[in-house]
Amino acid sequence: MAFRLKLVPEKTTFDFFRHQKLTFGFSVVMVLASLVLVLTMGLNLGIDFRGGTTIRTEADQTEPVDIGAYRQAIAPLDLGDVLITQVYDPNFRADQKVVTIRIQAQDGQEAISPDTQAKVLESLKSVNKDIKIVATESIGPKVSGELIWTAIWSVLAAVAAILIYIWLRFEWQFSVGAVAALIHDVTVTVGIFALFQIKFDLSIIAALLTILGYSINDTVVVFDRLRENLVKYKKMPLREVMNLSVNETLSRTVMTSGTTLLALISLLVLGGDVIRNFVFAMTWGVIVGTYSSVYVAKNIVLFIGLDRNKEKKDPSEKFFDKTDVATD
Amino acid sequence: MLHISLWKRVLILIIVLIGVVFAAPNIFYNRVEGHNDAVAAAAKGESLTPEQQAAQAGWPDWLPSDIVNLGLDLRGGAQLLAEVNVGEVYKARVDALWPEFRKALAAERGTLGSIRRLNADPGVLRIQIGNADQIAEAQKIAETLNNPVSSLTGVGQKTLAITTEGKQLIIQLSDAEKAATDDRTMQQSLEIVRRRIDAAGTREPTIVREGADRILIQVPGASSAQEIKQLIGTTAKLTFNSVIGTSSNPNEAVGSDQEILPSADQKGLYYILDSLPVVTGEDLTDARPDTDQNGYPAVAFRFNASAARTFGDYTQNNIGKPFAIVLDNKVISAPTIQSHIAGGSGIITGRFTVKEATDLALLLRAGALPASMTFLEERTIGPELGADSIAAGKMAAAVGAVLVVVFMIASYGTFGVFASLALAINIALIFAILSVIGGTLTLPGIAGIVLTMGTAVDANVLVFERIREELRNQQKAKAARAIELGYERAMSAIVDANVTTFLTAVILFVLGAGPVRGFAVTFLIGIITSVFTAIWVTRLFVSIWFARRRPRELVL
Repeated sequence: MAFRLKLVPEKTTFDFFRHQKLTFGFSVVMVLASLVLVLTMGLNLGIDFRGGTTIRTEADQTEPVDIGAYRQAIAPLDLGDVLITQVYDPNFRADQKVVTIRIQAQDGQEAISPDTQAKVLESLKSVNKDIKIVATESIGPKVSGELIWTAIWSVLAAVAAILIYIWLRFEWQFSVGAVAALIHDVTVTVGIFALFQIKFDLSIIAALLTILGYSINDTVVVFDRLRENLVKYKKMPLREVMNLSVNETLSRTVMTSGTTLLALISLLVLGGDVIRNFVFAMTWGVIVGTYSSVYVAKNIVLFIGLDRNKEKKDPSEKFFDKTDVATD
Repeated sequence: MLHISLWKRVLILIIVLIGVVFAAPNIFYNRVEGHNDAVAAAAKGESLTPEQQAAQAGWPDWLPSDIVNLGLDLRGGAQLLAEVNVGEVYKARVDALWPEFRKALAAERGTLGSIRRLNADPGVLRIQIGNADQIAEAQKIAETLNNPVSSLTGVGQKTLAITTEGKQLIIQLSDAEKAATDDRTMQQSLEIVRRRIDAAGTREPTIVREGADRILIQVPGASSAQEIKQLIGTTAKLTFNSVIGTSSNPNEAVGSDQEILPSADQKGLYYILDSLPVVTGEDLTDARPDTDQNGYPAVAFRFNASAARTFGDYTQNNIGKPFAIVLDNKVISAPTIQSHIAGGSGIITGRFTVKEATDLALLLRAGALPASMTFLEERTIGPELGADSIAAGKMAAAVGAVLVVVFMIASYGTFGVFASLALAINIALIFAILSVIGGTLTLPGIAGIVLTMGTAVDANVLVFERIREELRNQQKAKAARAIELGYERAMSAIVDANVTTFLTAVILFVLGAGPVRGFAVTFLIGIITSVFTAIWVTRLFVSIWFARRRPRELVL
């Protein structure tokens, strides 16, 4: 017998509905808490959505960065709201000190004027004459306003597309369950961003949409098995069929989430600070997405109930030639 | 049937092989890039330096040489999003109509009475006639100058919207014509931006239209957005106008055919000019830096034949009068016409530095932008940051790949090896497709590939788990049957799962901008290739392995 790593035993009989009230209640509390967090603390919107300028500076120095000195150097320029943060990354050299400076959108101009940028650099040279500007981004209020709407639209469009697809391939109850799970995932992820005040920019929207894709992928696999089992065990109560389906697909769920997390965590640790927030959102999303496909989506379907007497053919037959499948 | 028909095997192998061959140039990125640059330079007719010749020889011509385009975040460079103020063109168009209308209406002065242009909003021509009761007649005459719109969408519509108000004719561009004009303005702006950036000699810039009135400009390797902004932010609209007088009051009232413009180098000096130019920069056939008779930098120019004639006639008739050279609404110089200038060439002086003269010549050669631009977004990424990002991304991808492979082999043994091989092929295919379609790899794109690595094994996992189940459920089932059933039964889950992921990726691509789109492209390609490799490539491996080993019992 060859060695096989098996994270999940061959046959499991977990009762995923035993703590139904607890898990579902937990999800509801998480979603509500996220909403409260977003409303009270707000999101730390990046310049993509607020307009403004980000300047990334780098200096070769072993002594720690004096943010106060940076602030003092820039203050005379009278640029309004200026946020200065030091960037830490395990991949940096010991003498590599990186700072990002975020400047609010300036009145009456779309993108920051080059001379403002030159002045900032000039002022910073008084702190350390070797400071270099390694990247600048400047986004006018016009574009940032549009970007917010595009972002909202794209998340809504993705949810709608998924809703319709699941509805066509399964039954409407499934599609409601899947979408509830998606909303859960997105809300909880946004909540985490509000809680830790992590910068929320355009790339985070991409991460959110990827989470949608990943989470639905997971949910669909469970649903697919559920549909199959519903045909197979016509007399078994819905709750048990669901439990059976989750148990049967559990080892796949763990394997896939496991490999994805392995890949994402290496990116999180080694991928550099530029995409860290983006990768963090995805990593968190994979965890939440896996949880929600097991604990949220099905609960909703169970709650709504399925009309099982309706004779329903497996719609997948329309798509694939299954003539050589053994009928057992 | 575990057996895969021969033609399918061949087809799968061919696709994999093509994928590997087309992905290969990316392994020798710098060498191939040097080769491509040298080839491009040779194609432009430049003579190659010895280094360039060496670079060209560095990669064989018969091998594919498409490489993934590295995004600005990886390579460093500048990006600008410019909005073209398309509305500005309406004013110029409408202003140019006035002489024509004046002429047509003046011919009927007997019935219409006096004809006068009134001040109006930009882009609107208001003409007042003396006899209010003849306004219908005036409109009829005006309509004779109205032409049908020459665009596909505007068929059956007229260029101008001519309405009346009391004894005034109000003439402006019709909506259809405005749309057609906007489109032309954009085309022209794109072309001119491209020419200016090309002339500055940077490599492979991306200049694309975005939405109705925007242009996205990406210049890899540019050290700052500021540089590019200076180059393309200038309209370079050059006109030669007759001077009516000078003034020190910028708000002095001038006639409706006149305009008042500041001097470029003398503060407080304003010129009153005839707003209809004698000739414009569009009539230039050449412009190059030169020096004037005193040895100061200047720009020498040459007109085309018809403008040369107009210019010649004008100078002949206006000897001794000043003549303004106007660039972007500033009078750069107003020399007095000394003699008849025939032949259509001359020089522009204006206290330039050598660099200013060179830049101006370049701008004039490339042509004027039809409208000015507002910059909505600017990004500059230093090359060092890009290099750091590539290094970090490569490292993370390599570690991620090793972890995934170890995990898969530990879990599924031989089948895990097949899945890992398929994963490698999958990544090769992603790079091959990106290279061939000229896609751009960005930092989020690398994240997309890493995510694909994680999910690409999903389809395999679905199949393998299903095979395990079949092996458990039907103890007597032969290994071959279990594998077959595993593939068949996992199919519907694979398709459903990937179609939904695909949908979100498509939405990401369509609605996304910038980094989101870069991520969406790799993610989309990744979904397609991972389904292919999971369903066909691993299956082919399994089938070949099975045919050789013929295991009685399958351990999975």
